[in-house]
Amino acid sequence: MKLVKNAAGRLVPTQVNGQKQIPFKGVNKYKPKGKISGPPIRSCIDFPSDGNKLTKNLKEALTKAGLKNGMTISTHHHLRNGDVLTNTLFDTIKKMGVKNIRWFPSASFPVHSHLIKYLKDGTIHHIEGSMNGPLGKFTSEDKMKGVGVLRSHGGRYSAVQDGEVKIDIAVIASPTSDPFGNANGVTGKSACGLLGFALADSEYADKVIVVTDNLVPFPCIPWQIQGNNVDYVVKVDSLGDSSKIVSGTTQITKSPDRLLIAEYVAQFIDEAGIMKDGFSLQAGAGGTNLAFLLFLKERMKKKNVKARFMRGGSTKYLVETLEEGLTDYILDGQTFDLEGVRSMRKNPNHVNTSPFTSYNFHGKGNFASMVDVAVLGATEVDVNFNANVVSHSDGYLLHGIGGWQNCLYSKCTILAIPSFRDRIPVIIDEVTTLCGPGELIDVIITERGIAINPRRKDLLQKVKKSKLPIKTIVELKEEVYKICGSVPDKPKVDRNKVVAIIKWVDGTVIDSVFKIKKSFN
Amino acid sequence: MAITKIRSDCRFEIQLKKSGGLKIDINSKVGILYGRSIKKQIIDMCKFFTVKNANIKMEDSGALPFVIAARFEYTIKKLKPEIKKEYLLPFNNKNLIKTTKDRIRRSRLYLPGNKPKFFINAGLHKPDGIILDLEDSVSPKEKESAKYLVRNALRSVDFYDCERMVRINQLPKGINDLKFVVSHGVQVILIPKCETKEQVIDVENEIKRLKEIHNIKHTIYLMPIIESALGIVNSYKIASASKINCALTIGLEDYTADIGTQRTEEGRESLFARSMIVNSAKAAGIQAIDSVYSDISNMEGLKESIIEAKSFGFEGKGCIHPRQIEVVHKTFAPSEMEIEKAKKIVEAFKEAEKQGLGVVSLGSKMIDPPVVIRAMRVLELAKTKK
Repeated sequence: MKLVKNAAGRLVPTQVNGQKQIPFKGVNKYKPKGKISGPPIRSCIDFPSDGNKLTKNLKEALTKAGLKNGMTISTHHHLRNGDVLTNTLFDTIKKMGVKNIRWFPSASFPVHSHLIKYLKDGTIHHIEGSMNGPLGKFTSEDKMKGVGVLRSHGGRYSAVQDGEVKIDIAVIASPTSDPFGNANGVTGKSACGLLGFALADSEYADKVIVVTDNLVPFPCIPWQIQGNNVDYVVKVDSLGDSSKIVSGTTQITKSPDRLLIAEYVAQFIDEAGIMKDGFSLQAGAGGTNLAFLLFLKERMKKKNVKARFMRGGSTKYLVETLEEGLTDYILDGQTFDLEGVRSMRKNPNHVNTSPFTSYNFHGKGNFASMVDVAVLGATEVDVNFNANVVSHSDGYLLHGIGGWQNCLYSKCTILAIPSFRDRIPVIIDEVTTLCGPGELIDVIITERGIAINPRRKDLLQKVKKSKLPIKTIVELKEEVYKICGSVPDKPKVDRNKVVAIIKWVDGTVIDSVFKIKKSFN
Repeated sequence: MAITKIRSDCRFEIQLKKSGGLKIDINSKVGILYGRSIKKQIIDMCKFFTVKNANIKMEDSGALPFVIAARFEYTIKKLKPEIKKEYLLPFNNKNLIKTTKDRIRRSRLYLPGNKPKFFINAGLHKPDGIILDLEDSVSPKEKESAKYLVRNALRSVDFYDCERMVRINQLPKGINDLKFVVSHGVQVILIPKCETKEQVIDVENEIKRLKEIHNIKHTIYLMPIIESALGIVNSYKIASASKINCALTIGLEDYTADIGTQRTEEGRESLFARSMIVNSAKAAGIQAIDSVYSDISNMEGLKESIIEAKSFGFEGKGCIHPRQIEVVHKTFAPSEMEIEKAKKIVEAFKEAEKQGLGVVSLGSKMIDPPVVIRAMRVLELAKTKK
């Protein structure tokens, strides 16, 4: 495999899985050209005039869709760790004797470790999406036949649009659907909120199969997925384990150290002057991210400040913020708990979004860069503010990129992270895997202090007089290394063997993940 | 061997052999990052303790070097009790701050002595003091091991300007704990279940003996904890037993059990005991510090209990969770009105001093010296207000 150094100084391949790759050129330095790709022209007269697209079962739908070796099959991850359908789907494909599938999920979860056997036996050739937990370990040890490709949510949408990924068959788990294929995620026993991650799939795939466990007569309202894009509808008993699809209640961290980080985040947003009437923010659903919102709300109430919109995975905490009148809108990217689902169903100001509206590189603008402040996490940050979200310092792939890369475009990007975990430094000399270039990352907030990117002189100036523990990133790193005892070793990897590539939002390759060699012993 | 589920800790299994050299088997969560460093540390320690032949198994969930050293030393000494020398890590130079008898002690955070994962960030929550506990929060089978850990923590962990306290075990056993802490940077010793002045004197004498051996110059203060009916009756004698007493405090769980009742939210059952503590402490010229508030989820209850403690004359409160610290500090902080009044009193005092007047007066009122001292204290507290 030929490797070249990209603009970030990382070694990346120029070709993977038989497809040409463009090395990262720098932030906003590369624009793909050509036409947006599209699915074949279809004619309504080819479909049942009574609108009934029900087929007997998944196997029949796949057969009708023309499933064959080497195809690209997409799924979405709105069912999260409760997803049973994706596993059933590949059980079926295996039974049909089809091989070398490119699996193109919007993300994977530990529940999908069921698919490892199909990666081993060649049913699945490789994954383009995320490789979480056991799938990450499997990939890192170079056991996957092809090379993994990791994209952000926005990057995935763009890759479908610019033709880098042509989806042959999209299988869309739909908590409610009618026989025509109109579908949504807000009702039904497997309700998961919205279905935004399946939007591109429904619009661009050659064939679209909607699978539901709650079939209603036409029309299914709201139709988050439009039946006019759907070929077949399959009714199954259950899409998955509803208790793992959305949690009953999302929990705020109880860790005093994480709460301290969250307090610093709220204080920073306030004292840097970001928290003012009409502002906007992006909040994730991690424990620290939920907590900072509570602290921020106290400050907003005290100063009588109201946000225009809050973006993010919605939870009961975000819903409370909306219902207390502290924000005009929730722009929801995925719904994490029952309260989020309820609010989306009932409240017109709780709006569902998709990677197209929020993150898409090929859109005529997107929401991500309009957000005043985004509070995100990371597994590692280095002294140049570069950050990693996909692997840990031991080199193993562990997480997907999610919307993280896209959110870096906000006006102020804050990474709220512990400075170390157990004995694993999080602030280090150089990230194991580069996912986000330091020029887009503005502030690092840890329990031991806050480092502001020297590029952001404006922010430095604004909090100069505050009581916040401002340090340089090097000071933070030194402190962490001292606590952990010494400079950590790097994982031993085989530089000749790329197991996965990390795409930047524009489709270029920003970094490679290499095969892990045996541990130190 | 499964990696221990307790984070940031480790465990050793060592078999001493007659021959065969050192066989070191490390199963570590951070093996890729620190495996080499851990191995080197183990070899260093083997050299130090002249262990030449042994099978050493380590289970590690990300223990920091000071924890590894403590766990290893404890395991070796259990096998070879004749070893007397100690494997001491260098002092963290951040921990050289001095303390004084009357420093502000609004909050002191209890840290179970055998749970290292709580040590490292304790100071970040800015309590006035931390207590490394060898007593009730450590189970009997962990008691011995905890002493090594507490010793190493005192030397190595940056507690970010907190006063470093250790609660030793109940006497007489607790006397033996002192050699693990006195020469390692402890600043205050808490004597649990203290009932007589002789106990205070015993601790003071042992500290004196150890200080001479190790040539320690700074004062190590004592804070007796009264936890029984007898202790309450003797509280003045205890408080005045030693010049190095800096505060008197009360443990209400044990006290209420001792008088045959239960602790209530209202606290009527401890009215007498708490009043006694405050009175005895003040009579002896030291601080009175209240018990802990044990419901960590009830911040309102905590706040009310502090308002009450403050009205009793208590100056501090024990904390069992970092989230309690801010509430303690905020609630003990003087109000704006108190601060204004204190400023006026102190100004009047300075003015009187300047003019060489023996009597301080504010308006038409005479101000007595204790009032001036209290006003100064209020201003000192106001300075630390968040």
